[in-house]
Amino acid sequence: MQHNVYLYILVMFAVIYAVRVLPLTLVRKPIKNRFLRSFLYYVPYITLAVMTFPAIVEATQSPLAGIAALIVGIVLAWCGAGLFPVAVSCCAVVFLLELLLV
Amino acid sequence: MREDKRSAFLRGMKDGLPIGLGYLAVAFALGITAKSAGMTAFQGFLMSALGVASAGEYAAITVIGAAASYWEMAAVTLVANARYLLMSFALSQRLSPDTTLPQRLLIGYAVTDELFGIAVHQPKPLDPMYSYGSYLAAVPLWALGTALGVIAGNILPLRVVSALSVALFGMFIAVIVPPSRENRIVLVFVLLSFAASFAASRLPWISGVSSGTRVIVLTVLLAALAAALFPVKEEEEAAVDAA
Repeated sequence: MQHNVYLYILVMFAVIYAVRVLPLTLVRKPIKNRFLRSFLYYVPYITLAVMTFPAIVEATQSPLAGIAALIVGIVLAWCGAGLFPVAVSCCAVVFLLELLLV
Repeated sequence: MREDKRSAFLRGMKDGLPIGLGYLAVAFALGITAKSAGMTAFQGFLMSALGVASAGEYAAITVIGAAASYWEMAAVTLVANARYLLMSFALSQRLSPDTTLPQRLLIGYAVTDELFGIAVHQPKPLDPMYSYGSYLAAVPLWALGTALGVIAGNILPLRVVSALSVALFGMFIAVIVPPSRENRIVLVFVLLSFAASFAASRLPWISGVSSGTRVIVLTVLLAALAAALFPVKEEEEAAVDAA
């Protein structure tokens, strides 16, 4: 079956907009269920972690550069660096290492 | 009153602009990924103008690249953006009760990690004009950056593209590491997620499943396990609001 990119984008938009707008419009009280609250609390970190590794190692030309970017990113974020500095540093590490490796 | 609205709007723009500049760079990397999945600059622009999400759009591009089903797109988008559900819940508690439905529909449009982050630092109740100002400063740069990434991705040398391809992962790392430092259970589950994701990509009978489906299944399993074993207390959730 041939898929249409615009239809994909429409499906993405419908779901993502619903996720953002439903709590703001329908639910005006906090959720009481402790399991659900806890589940929602853990989801962001777990899903981002699953998406990051091993994909970061497979994204670069040299896997070693990807591993180095992962380590440098973790160390910088651990020391309190923000989103943008961490992202730029990861790019710089890959660029510099691949000058030597590739 | 009129002057208050204007100053809230301008304050939002002022806070949103540095976020927008960071978005421009990261969206550029996203555009390169979109290009490799066969998307045009206009499609990249449209996706970012409607989606306004880094991890969410990255996951969506993976689905497009794999030519997976529309159902899978819906499921992947739901899981990759589930955290916005939590943020919108938190944001809903910060609005004045007389905030109108159209205002709520507009505020919901661009709830992202960063724009949510500056909104919760505003005094309660949140002035919708502040959100509009921050969105207007940041979102166009996000969409523009994606289109530029699609266009310039094939002009740039391969080693530059390779370097930029980790920008998004860098942003993900910057989101997951600070709470892992504060909370040992989050740390353990982040490490478990790394291990499980790696194993799933290697094991012969699982690695055949599309990466989008692997992300959904692993996230739901691990988050349910974490929630069952280590239910969070109210204070820990409050710490997320402030992050």
